[in-house]
Amino acid sequence: MTEVEVLAAAKAAATRLSKAKRLNALLTPPAVVRKSLVAQAKAVRASGVLYGMPVAVKDNICTLDFPTTCGSKILEGYQSPYEATVVTKLKAAGALIAGKANLDEFAMGSSTEHSAYGRVLHPLDRTRVPGGSSGGSAALVAAGAVPAALGSETGGSVRQPAAFCGVVGIKPTYGRVSRYGLVAFGSSLDQVGVLGRSVHDAARVLSVISGRDPRDNTCEDRDSLRLPTVPERLEGFVIGIPKEYFPVDLHPGVRRACDRAIRALKDLGAAIRDVSLPHTAYAIPTYYVIAPAEASSNLARFDGVRYGSRAGGVTTLADLYRETRGAGFGPEVQRRILVGTYVLSSGYYDAYYRKAQQMRALLAQDFRNVFDRGVDLLFTPTTPTVAFKAGERTKDPVAMYLADCFTAPANLTGVPAMSLPIGRVKGLPVGGQFIGQPFLEDDMIEAAYALERAISGTDEA
Amino acid sequence: MSAAWETVIGLETHVQLATVSKMFCGCSTRFGAPPNTNICPVCLGLPGALPVPNELAIALAVRAALALNCAVQARSVFARKNYFYPDLPKGYQISQYDRPLATAGHLSFLSPERGVVRAGIVRVHVEEDAGKSLHDRFPRATAVDLNRAGVPLIEIVTEPDFRSPQEARAYLLTLKQVLQYVGVSECDMEKGSLRVDANVSIRKPGSTALGVKCEVKNINAFSYVEKALTVERDRQIAVVEGGGTVTQATMLYDSKANTVRHQRSKEESKDYRYFPEPDLPPLILAEDWITEQRGTLPELPAAKRERFVSQYGLSQQDAGVLTAERSVADYYESVMHAGAEPKAAANWVMGEVLAHAKDHQEQLQVPAASLAGIIALVKGGTLSHQGAKKVFTEVAARGGDPRTVAEALGVIQVADTGVLTQWVDEVVSAHPAEAARFKGGEAKLMAFFVGQVMKASKGKADPKAAPRLLEERLSR
Repeated sequence: MTEVEVLAAAKAAATRLSKAKRLNALLTPPAVVRKSLVAQAKAVRASGVLYGMPVAVKDNICTLDFPTTCGSKILEGYQSPYEATVVTKLKAAGALIAGKANLDEFAMGSSTEHSAYGRVLHPLDRTRVPGGSSGGSAALVAAGAVPAALGSETGGSVRQPAAFCGVVGIKPTYGRVSRYGLVAFGSSLDQVGVLGRSVHDAARVLSVISGRDPRDNTCEDRDSLRLPTVPERLEGFVIGIPKEYFPVDLHPGVRRACDRAIRALKDLGAAIRDVSLPHTAYAIPTYYVIAPAEASSNLARFDGVRYGSRAGGVTTLADLYRETRGAGFGPEVQRRILVGTYVLSSGYYDAYYRKAQQMRALLAQDFRNVFDRGVDLLFTPTTPTVAFKAGERTKDPVAMYLADCFTAPANLTGVPAMSLPIGRVKGLPVGGQFIGQPFLEDDMIEAAYALERAISGTDEA
Repeated sequence: MSAAWETVIGLETHVQLATVSKMFCGCSTRFGAPPNTNICPVCLGLPGALPVPNELAIALAVRAALALNCAVQARSVFARKNYFYPDLPKGYQISQYDRPLATAGHLSFLSPERGVVRAGIVRVHVEEDAGKSLHDRFPRATAVDLNRAGVPLIEIVTEPDFRSPQEARAYLLTLKQVLQYVGVSECDMEKGSLRVDANVSIRKPGSTALGVKCEVKNINAFSYVEKALTVERDRQIAVVEGGGTVTQATMLYDSKANTVRHQRSKEESKDYRYFPEPDLPPLILAEDWITEQRGTLPELPAAKRERFVSQYGLSQQDAGVLTAERSVADYYESVMHAGAEPKAAANWVMGEVLAHAKDHQEQLQVPAASLAGIIALVKGGTLSHQGAKKVFTEVAARGGDPRTVAEALGVIQVADTGVLTQWVDEVVSAHPAEAARFKGGEAKLMAFFVGQVMKASKGKADPKAAPRLLEERLSR
């Protein structure tokens, strides 16, 4: 691309983002995005591998170009004085930051209905949710506004909305990508992920943001991910199908789409093997102890003292905290802070947090057992259903939580996983999930390349 | 009244590690900077910022633990201690909890009552400091200075091994000495680089069970340690002797009023909801690295003291004074290596050298070799002790070779018989009456004549050689 082409592409992206405004997927006003994109296009160096590529960024990732609100009232208008390592890496590769994507408040949710700035609409059916918490990022990619967007995962927040919206979503191995500048939710689970319109778009952005970062002690000292070539066949791949991910009450359309994808993998030459991950059912309860526990601590800093909103008219310190946090956090965030505080309390720690950590170890052992027996990858549905109706689960937190039952195990155990479109049911996308071995994202991406080519993600299953 | 009761004290000491930068970020640890100038996204607890451990701080903490004879753990775990306070930016302090850096150590100190006592060290762990709340800076408002937030600390927890406030103080002074020797910390209580909390309880002598303890906080100078603990002990004795029972509580010491006041009871104590810090992997220390750290430890004060006694024939007392500070001990040994005689060198260092240093910002200004030279000049009779002091002061101020300085100052003693005889003759001739009385048996007049010779020589006569010549002259 030439400088002129990049400028034109930036303006075109701004126009597409502006047209997608009805989805409420972007928190940055279109005019602000346009101005910024033009300025970035003029300043960007031509050497990077993402030269001129507009990438939207989930609004829990700190940027210098735009405020970072985490979809919360408590950080309304908050301007970070530094930017996340992933954003710096994107810019260094020539990408243009295309505004901040809407999300469930502090990334807590599976439908992007929990944003203080309004819900995000599903691009194909506005009565439905786009999934969450990276629903804004997924909707923008699905609507064709940007080729890729950054999301973040704690329990499936990239893969689940990718599946609902019919795009590709990758959650890398824990420690593959720096978390510096990603506003923490569950630190031992959080990873920045990528949503893309194709496997290649998602993978090449992931490659750019991956790799060591001296500012994050949990980021592994490894080179950035090297992209595999697109394979003709998948001969030699052993793909495990875990029976726990195909329960009797699995949505029939989702099952049909998966069966078709598995046949396609077999046709590509992969060996398909039935496997078992016996502790899978415990993933959601385990997740809903550990994630809130860490969140209750991570969100303590939002106290109205140094930044963010602060309650007025208070006279005591306790009131300052109570009023600021009571008004600043939405109900789902408050629910998780309360649960997290409870499970860490003295007298309850052993019964909840310690037990959850033990279960986490068993879940990791499940994956090791399968991978140690020659299985390269697992293939599963990403979600048990297609995108559900807005408002359908907001009154029933547990039903909402179960939307992540096939995705949370990868976060609890740190393994990489990705979702790609494998068909549609009555026009709504279905996601198929590959789960890989730690730091072997390239195997997973290779298989995804082949499957993406072999089947149409938009055909009725 | 205290004889009827035994006091039991355990100490928790927080020591600031002598690093240039903070525990988890690159900000300066400099004391006294303008408020909120040594801060960054990490120590401010900004959204998305992450901690990265300071390797030097870990090394210093390990050295401290080794100097306190602890077992350094190959694997220790950082933990979050959660509580809300405006000077705690993240809403939690990164500390260590159930897997501390080091355990099971001990430190021997000299008790004023029991001789050498070995205090058990339960644990040494690493943590970050909080910021500082200033309640008296602005009316009806609290100001927060976060320069101190994230400064590296170790906490050293002892067994309840002290039996009096005096012992607690003696231990603290020994601890300070050891940590300064090892170069771990400045241990300056006034600057807050050493802070101590004490757990105090009382029991009947002979009892082995522990009484209900109260924690005393806000003891912010060495001089308050004994006072604060005495006040708390006496309070507990008064409660029990008044028919009451001590209830577990945290007490704050008020140094102005020399009293303790109740801060909170056990029921009001916070639940810190400790859990492993997910932003930091467990701290893994290789055995080789720990051994390497052990190898770089200097000789510790107690060992040095014993060696000074055996090697230089000094008294325990003198060896104790000379080894109190590592710089002084090193200086003394340099004087010895320059060929001085041990006892004379000890007297000089404990006397002139320390007195001079006290008046000159603790600077040891006379090079060790020069002091050895001065001592040699005294021993050889070239300098009187008074003359030597003048030379010492001059060398301290302007430097120079001691003999040259002595000559310039005109304080070289004259032992030359020819020159001395002239002064002796002069003096005896000038005082015939006294000479007659001396000859008549008034031997005490010798001092008078020696004084006159010194006066005539303007102090240059060797006071050891003069009496012999006077004796000869007067007995003629």
